[in-house]
Amino acid sequence: MSDTSKPIDPSRRQFVTRAGGAAGAAAIAPGVFLTTPAQAKPADQPVSSENRWGILIDANKCGNGCNACVTACEEENGWGSADPSEDRSRPDQKAHWIRKVTIRDKATQHVTTLPLMCQHCETPPCVDVCPTGASFKRADGIVLVDKHICIGCRYCMMACPYKARSFIHEDLKDQRPWAPRGKGTVESCTMCVHRVDEDGTPACVEACNAETHKAMVFGDLYDENSEISQELKKHGGKEIRADLGLNTGVRYRGI
Amino acid sequence: MSQAKLLQRLFALMIGTLLLLPLAATADEDEEEEHEPLPFSELVITEPAQRYSEETGCVAPEEEMRRNHMEYILHQRDETMHKGIRTRQFSLEECINCHAIKDDNGEYVRVEDERHFCATCHTYASVKIDCFQCHSDVPVRASRLRTQQSGLAPHPYDKPFAGKLASETLPLLTTEE
Amino acid sequence: MKQVLNYRETEGKSTGFWILLGGLGALIGLALGSVLYMEHEGHYVTGMNNQIVWGMPHVFAIFLIVAASGALNVASIGTVFGKSLYKPLGRLSALLAIALLIGGLMILVLDLGHPDRLIVAMTYYNFKSIFAWNIILYNGFIAITAVYLWFMMERKMNKYYPVAGFFAFIWRLILTTGTGSIFGFLVARQAYDAALLAPMFVIMSFAYGLAVFILVLMAGYAWTGRPLGDAVLFRLKNLLGVFIASVFYFVVVYHLTNLYATEHHGVERFILMDGGIYTKLFWIVQILLGTLLPLAMIYHPTIGKSRPAIATAAALVIIGGFAQLYVLLIGGQAYPLVLFPGHEIVSGGFFEGQINEYSPSIWEISLGVGGVALSLIMVTIAVRVLKFLPTSLEDSVVDPHAAKAD
Repeated sequence: MSDTSKPIDPSRRQFVTRAGGAAGAAAIAPGVFLTTPAQAKPADQPVSSENRWGILIDANKCGNGCNACVTACEEENGWGSADPSEDRSRPDQKAHWIRKVTIRDKATQHVTTLPLMCQHCETPPCVDVCPTGASFKRADGIVLVDKHICIGCRYCMMACPYKARSFIHEDLKDQRPWAPRGKGTVESCTMCVHRVDEDGTPACVEACNAETHKAMVFGDLYDENSEISQELKKHGGKEIRADLGLNTGVRYRGI
Repeated sequence: MSQAKLLQRLFALMIGTLLLLPLAATADEDEEEEHEPLPFSELVITEPAQRYSEETGCVAPEEEMRRNHMEYILHQRDETMHKGIRTRQFSLEECINCHAIKDDNGEYVRVEDERHFCATCHTYASVKIDCFQCHSDVPVRASRLRTQQSGLAPHPYDKPFAGKLASETLPLLTTEE
Repeated sequence: MKQVLNYRETEGKSTGFWILLGGLGALIGLALGSVLYMEHEGHYVTGMNNQIVWGMPHVFAIFLIVAASGALNVASIGTVFGKSLYKPLGRLSALLAIALLIGGLMILVLDLGHPDRLIVAMTYYNFKSIFAWNIILYNGFIAITAVYLWFMMERKMNKYYPVAGFFAFIWRLILTTGTGSIFGFLVARQAYDAALLAPMFVIMSFAYGLAVFILVLMAGYAWTGRPLGDAVLFRLKNLLGVFIASVFYFVVVYHLTNLYATEHHGVERFILMDGGIYTKLFWIVQILLGTLLPLAMIYHPTIGKSRPAIATAAALVIIGGFAQLYVLLIGGQAYPLVLFPGHEIVSGGFFEGQINEYSPSIWEISLGVGGVALSLIMVTIAVRVLKFLPTSLEDSVVDPHAAKAD
């Protein structure tokens, strides 16, 4: 994004493709709308607690060595390799929203690989500890940082069991307009809230599907007809650190 | 006793400085060189590249925007952040999209430059804004005002008309003709 | 001959006084310079990172805040528990409490990512956050202690000071409980998830606060040439001994509880055995130098009566306290989060499952030292301009009936 005179980026192209697809469906079958989004939310309406967005990740399908979800997130939200302005921070100071982790069961030697990011807890510890209320959970279950009132105390980073949050250690430039981020505040995975609000799918899930791994399903946990609810109903899903009772929005299978 | 008085003053001064410290800590130390204060009427405020509408010009009457633009931006900020309301009319991104200014080489000027639409007045008035620590100060994607021109009033809950357009157009687009 | 208890400002004309002021002022100046640099550049110039999010400034800040509430203890013992020997020390005790707290808070605030948004911290409250409660507790502590101090020093209000003293005592207990709870409520981290931390912080505050108080008292009286009797000093040092032992007890219980729970064995092994710098700090500085050595010195029949030894013991307690907080704070963060019990990490972005590295930068240390200097300069100037210190703390002045009262 260093060349701002050419405002084209992959996410926009994807957006156009999506819109084109929907329009195509409308043209082929006028009157019958197969692609009508179930939770179409007008732009001027607030999000509702009747939805709870979640992601189901099947670790058995997740590709060992595949990093597509991480790259897609970087590109979409402008961090990591997609943010050349964060160049003075040491590696352990740089922002990270999502990471790939490979683990081995000590007893069975079974190796599992999976993506790890903000788990969007129903009862998030980061929200409990934030002194100003900058760390908050939206009505639809997405956990966010309101960087306008974040004072940069980092208590939420102490409280998060998943190490999902990052503090920005230096001045940034050329952020994505849909993912503002800056020095002295804390940030984490937003579940691509800007896409979700327009009935889109998070970039990581989209990228996983594009890689044909299809290890990630995004959807409304409260809608019993949604793919994610059906899958969870049929096969179940596990939470990481379920012992904490956080009722996470991100669930795993195969761990 | 005068020495005690002096020390008392020193003490008071110290407490005072202490209270101002947090502000000083992030103040810019590169002070501008003194130049003659220009009368406001002589500030060069560049015309925006595009207009919101023929009647109002900007998203609200210009007088209103000059005086109260921060109220609109602040309101929209909380609506979008906490409630996911993403109307475009008062979104900061669309402010930038219309008001961005290009320099002689055809590059957009950054907010550090006094020609930047926001910087023109804010430098003049010495009002520091930290919007652009996080937000982009130049257009990145094309305006979406035309496609999502909803939420005509900035306070959807105060005025019954507010947002009718979007609520009504969306079902129109998604159900049968 | 009966002597009267008499408070007076310190002299403050000597070169020593101005050197002290100048030295402390210089340290504060350095700290402010560091802050300007850190905040202008961003935190990348510090040793802190996204795994060790709280570093050296927080060790200093928490030490000062904990010591602040402990420093008030001396006044509380006099007022609330009616020990007349401690009453002449009440003013200095309350002054020290306020000064230490302000020093600690300055560090905390200036290390924020956005210190310019302090007003946000004061106007937006999330009442579920123990941190938000602490903002109220700290401000309340300063206000209540200031009132307490005023009641002690203003003759007209003198009859009310026991009430103020009682409130201040209750408030300080809640305050330190709150400070301890900052860590006690962190369920995610292996080293912190323990309700025991709250009472442990209260006991720690007793020891640190008293150690600081003893040092300031001894220095103040030595440098102004005022007499300080054995009765006061020996009583204080014996009390310090009791507090050191209590902290030791809590440390033992804390580690034993952790050792009982198998899931905490990893972090215990890390701190107690193979944590490198943290293990060394724990055994050598915290336990040996900060606990056992001062205990031995204080209770030794002859060394325990030597003033340099008492001062050294108090200083050792402070050093041990810093080590204890460093091990708890930084060590607790250095040990990785356990996300997949029973699994080993094969690979992972962002230092998954690794011991996190931290080496404090000069800027952070300078900020911390500046906070300490701020506390001390406030005390130095305050005792110069107002009547905080009794002209004499000789045995015959402080408590003519000391022998009987014991």
